[in-house]
Amino acid sequence: MEGNIGDLGQYIGVGLTAFGMGFAALGVGNVAGNFLAGALRNPSAAAGQTATLFIGMAFAEALGIFSFLVALLLMFAV
Amino acid sequence: MISLLQEAAHTAVETTEGAIVTDEAATHGADAATHGVDAAGHAAEAAGLPQLDIATFGNQIFWLVVTLVVLYLVLSRVALPRIASVLSDRQGAVTGDLMAAEEFKQKAREAEAAYDKALADARGEAQAIVAQNRAEIQAELDAAIAKADAEISARTAESEVRIREVRATADVDAREVALDVTAELVRNFGGNVDGAVIGTAVDDRMKGAVQ
Amino acid sequence: MATEATGGGLEFHPMDQFIVKPLFGAGDVHWYTPTNVTLWLALTALAAIAVLVLGTRGRAIVPNRAQSMAEMAYGLVHKMIEDISGKDGLRYFPYVMTLFMFVVFANLLGLLPLAFTVTSHIAVTGVLAMAVFLGVTAIGFIKNGSKFLDLFWVRSAPLAVRPILAVIEVISYFVRPLSLSIRLAGNMIAGHAVIKVFAGFAAIAAVAPVAILAVVGMYAFEVLVAFVQAYVFTILTCVYLKDALHPSH
Repeated sequence: MEGNIGDLGQYIGVGLTAFGMGFAALGVGNVAGNFLAGALRNPSAAAGQTATLFIGMAFAEALGIFSFLVALLLMFAV
Repeated sequence: MISLLQEAAHTAVETTEGAIVTDEAATHGADAATHGVDAAGHAAEAAGLPQLDIATFGNQIFWLVVTLVVLYLVLSRVALPRIASVLSDRQGAVTGDLMAAEEFKQKAREAEAAYDKALADARGEAQAIVAQNRAEIQAELDAAIAKADAEISARTAESEVRIREVRATADVDAREVALDVTAELVRNFGGNVDGAVIGTAVDDRMKGAVQ
Repeated sequence: MATEATGGGLEFHPMDQFIVKPLFGAGDVHWYTPTNVTLWLALTALAAIAVLVLGTRGRAIVPNRAQSMAEMAYGLVHKMIEDISGKDGLRYFPYVMTLFMFVVFANLLGLLPLAFTVTSHIAVTGVLAMAVFLGVTAIGFIKNGSKFLDLFWVRSAPLAVRPILAVIEVISYFVRPLSLSIRLAGNMIAGHAVIKVFAGFAAIAAVAPVAILAVVGMYAFEVLVAFVQAYVFTILTCVYLKDALHPSH
């Protein structure tokens, strides 16, 4: 293997951003799971809250996407 | 960002030159060295993220704005009013149909009521006719019975008169027969026939017998 | 660079599908050059127009398939605005509908093989997000004047924490276009790149069946994501519109 130490750091950094995506996955799962728990307790109120569910999932997911963006920037733009 | 891209371009061009030595790459390298941003686009095409290639942003934004304006005009002028009118037409048609259905239901209910009424009327009329007929028949019957009663009583009276006559004549006949029989009996026994004595004796007997 | 990584005969070029190229011949991309972006933008607009205009051509009381699709899209966005932004948000219905139809068709057309996904480009989603951000901010100031600033000055909170909240609110307000554009583009880039990477693994015969199954699964997931992202984009537009129309919390 040959290559410079800068590339090594770059790749390690990109790998570390995967943690961000993993935690975002936890967040999205948390939103969906709590929605499901609430929906099973009161199914009649669930239908009106799907918009809120999607908004919450979008916000949680956005941060994972940000870490993906950081990975892309590290890979290609630095 | 631009400076980052330029750096990326330089490194990319260097690697390109290192890897594939062609005339084109060499000229691109020269371009990159002299023209800066413009060449950064080319270099990014070769290596970097295409999304961060600023040279193509103007192109994308221009065509996107054109597309969005066209889409907005078509949607707001043609498509959305048309769909809105279709939806309101359908709403109108549905409510119209529902109202028509309600009207038909009302009519059906009225027809049923009329039918029931006609049926009740017919039944009442029939009952009236039956009652009338019955009354007529009863009257005729009564008249016939009365007539028959009258006839019967008349005949009874007549019969009684005749029975009385017969009885009256029967008493007289019986006396004469008794007188004759008694006179004959007395004569046969050799007695002396005395009309007056026989007469009183028969009368006495007959009084007892008849009584 | 990953795009140049060659090991064991594997060739990964997951980002090549996003390259902007001129349609005719080679050369520089000027602002007026018809490129593959232009082509797919035009196809997106044509698809949206085909469904919404040609599909409803019959104006049938009992709709056919295309017309019910158009009516479903109309009903979805209409109800979303009515529920979230309120009745007075319906004035901006064509604007939101344009954004929704554009995003959903760009996402779905981008999933066709050999297609170019216009919504995977930050430049495109950035313009869409700025269209929402600037439009909503303008509506907020026109409708409410200086009262629009109440959005940042939370009156229900204690006085002491209001400045801190104001800073947070201002930051979150200006992050909106960024998160809106990067969420959409990031989802599209990630999905397409993952499909490409799995497709690259199909070159090895031993794992090819798994790779192809993975591509099929990811493709199905991406169809869902394409719709959900358009939905999320629209629903967030509605939420921002509500903030602009009724800034007091």
